[in-house]
Amino acid sequence: MDKHKFLELPKSPPVDQVGVGDRINRVQSRSIKKSTKMEGLEMVLSMIDLTTLEGQDTVNKVRQLCAKAKRLHEPYPDLPAVAAVCVYPSMVAVAKKELKNTGINVASVATAFPSGQTLLDIKLDDVRFAVDSGADEIDMVISRGKFLQGEYNYVFDEIAAVKEACNKARLKVILETGEIGNLDSIRKASDIAIYAGADFIKTSTGKIGKAATLPVTCVMLEAIRDYYFKTGTQVGMKPAGGISNAKLALQYLVLVKETLGDAWLDKQWFRFGASSLANDVLKQIAKQKSGSYQSGDYFSID
Amino acid sequence: MAKDNKKGIFEYSAAPESTGHISIKEQYDLFINNQWVKPQQGKYFDSINPSNENKLASVARANDKDVDKAVKAARKAFPTWAKLPAKERGKYLYRIARIIQEKSREFAVIESMDGGKPIRESRDVDIPLAAAHFFYLGGWADKLEYAFPGQNVEPLGVAGQIIPWNFPLLMAAWKLAPALACGNTVVLKPAETTSLTALKLAEVIQEAELPEGVVNIVTGEGDTGAALVNHPDVNKIAFTGSTDVGKLIQRSIAGTGKKATLELGGKAANIIFEDAAINQAVEGIINGIYFNQGHVCCAGSRLFVQESVVDEVILKLKQRMGNLVLGDPLDKNTDIGAINSKGQLQTIKKYLEIGKKDGLEMFQPKLTIPKKGFWCAPTLFTGAAQSHQIVQEEIFGPVLAVQTFRTIEEVIQKANNTPYGLSAGVWTDKGSKIFNLTSKMRAGVVWANTYNKFDPTSPFGGYKESGYGREGGVHGLEAYLKLS
Repeated sequence: MDKHKFLELPKSPPVDQVGVGDRINRVQSRSIKKSTKMEGLEMVLSMIDLTTLEGQDTVNKVRQLCAKAKRLHEPYPDLPAVAAVCVYPSMVAVAKKELKNTGINVASVATAFPSGQTLLDIKLDDVRFAVDSGADEIDMVISRGKFLQGEYNYVFDEIAAVKEACNKARLKVILETGEIGNLDSIRKASDIAIYAGADFIKTSTGKIGKAATLPVTCVMLEAIRDYYFKTGTQVGMKPAGGISNAKLALQYLVLVKETLGDAWLDKQWFRFGASSLANDVLKQIAKQKSGSYQSGDYFSID
Repeated sequence: MAKDNKKGIFEYSAAPESTGHISIKEQYDLFINNQWVKPQQGKYFDSINPSNENKLASVARANDKDVDKAVKAARKAFPTWAKLPAKERGKYLYRIARIIQEKSREFAVIESMDGGKPIRESRDVDIPLAAAHFFYLGGWADKLEYAFPGQNVEPLGVAGQIIPWNFPLLMAAWKLAPALACGNTVVLKPAETTSLTALKLAEVIQEAELPEGVVNIVTGEGDTGAALVNHPDVNKIAFTGSTDVGKLIQRSIAGTGKKATLELGGKAANIIFEDAAINQAVEGIINGIYFNQGHVCCAGSRLFVQESVVDEVILKLKQRMGNLVLGDPLDKNTDIGAINSKGQLQTIKKYLEIGKKDGLEMFQPKLTIPKKGFWCAPTLFTGAAQSHQIVQEEIFGPVLAVQTFRTIEEVIQKANNTPYGLSAGVWTDKGSKIFNLTSKMRAGVVWANTYNKFDPTSPFGGYKESGYGREGGVHGLEAYLKLS
């Protein structure tokens, strides 16, 4: 039985924007050096959902991306692999075949990504197709239009229906925080998604200008923490879009550690949705190991 | 916090700020007439680093003859300084501000070594704010008549200023900047455990080429301060410190015609309503009481939580306290530094015992306490009431006492139920509640949905036993002027 079913959707608590800003300033002032830095960089790699979500995606592009996922950096074969490769439903079968027996998951966006502007039945078909093609994880988008119209129950029911269609696949719910307003709205959307059955909540599609930020992630992590305090159930978090350098990624880890604790510092509970982050992290790892920065030409692009 | 919390993931490695760029002399004399002068009795005391008890420098102990020399220097300098075109005085203040900014790293490191506060605070709060005070008051120097329209403004003369050990350079700036901007000359006495940044400031004053005698710095203990207070040729006493000493000063100057401003102790109420943004309020509680190890006169040491949300607030508070990093003040990740002195640590420990003896539940997160130096883990007492001693008396350490309340009327009454009245905090999402409450609070500063925010433009000072007079803002000028 679904653990979420008997919980009523609570009134979301207010969020103080200035307070969140103060908190983020403190997180950003943490100094991550030496062995902690190395540990963090490797952790970041293991949490990346390597992503290609383009109209121009082809079979071979997806294969190349999978090749990168499997071999992040040839000189350092002991580095962890990324957590997942994230593609459109039509490419799930291709990715699944490439990643067979690697332990790397295939994640697929579904529900008429990125706008979500279609009928529920079509969204559910989209999800089922991706799951049937072998997706281990589904990244859905919420209906922002309905949310902004105040139809919170619709948004809730839709997420619950998608969760059911996911079957065993883990569901990440994209709030598209850049479209739903201020931090209070983001907190509300987080609560709706969590109580409706999200395994992960995710900030953004990466398709609009405003993507993941530390303050937005902080508010979403607080929603996860409040839910954990009430139920003892962990929910995952995935900031996506705009996290393209290692330093910023490490600040996200600090925020997760200090908000939720070490139990969330695992790809099971925290992911980065990013396409260019991996190479910057690799560059920093190479710097830590060799003592000097190497040119971008030494890191494969796929 | 989760059940399968593995140990030691992503623990922060040491990230100490370098001390290579700082210079501390082995011995510091008294700073009189822009020169270093040996103390008359040739006595010195040690200034130590409270985080490892290592000696940093010897500091001169001034007696009443030394103080007299300093006051005479200030008196001699006064007429010229007071008659200097006001915009020229302003220029000197700007110059001091800029030099502090240039040397900010050195100041921050020395402040943390001498006082024990985390480098994050000395770097991000103390030193930038000290410079900001000189800049702000430098701007007022030639506009004093606009601050008090229709009145004639004149400086008072020689100001004797005695500052505490919790924000050594910042308090020196709070005192010196308005006095100088208004045309007074000064004899400043820093606290005996934290004289070093004031003595570095003396070097700044030399570098800024202030006319000799305008700022004099005499170091020493309580008797040096008493000599300054009792000196007949001092026109004004400005003191920040304990209420006990404040009362003593007031008694000593009674009938002498000396003007005084006293910024004394506090036992601030920090009030959390059930409709507050609790997650941010928790951060505000932490900042309110554990900032600078609780060595803050306006610290939010009495926490009032609406009973309906007390479990949630305590749960979150304890979790957040578990993330605080205690240790080397120079480590950039340190949240809780060293207690300023052995004596202060003993005082704090005494109160911890009293709290436990009174049957209050004490919580401290599991932290490794360094072997050398003076340390106190952040502490929380729950189940407190107004009648408990740890609620009534100022502890001046990282110790929070939590009480619950039921209604807004009750909490206003209890928040005001203290001899102090320096500051307060209120946390609610409802604006009308903020205005209702703040207008009834007898406290010099009330922060709404934030805590411990300081700015040179904002006056600071107390009600009742927290003292009188204001520092900062336009109000702060009045303390150094004769208006007619």
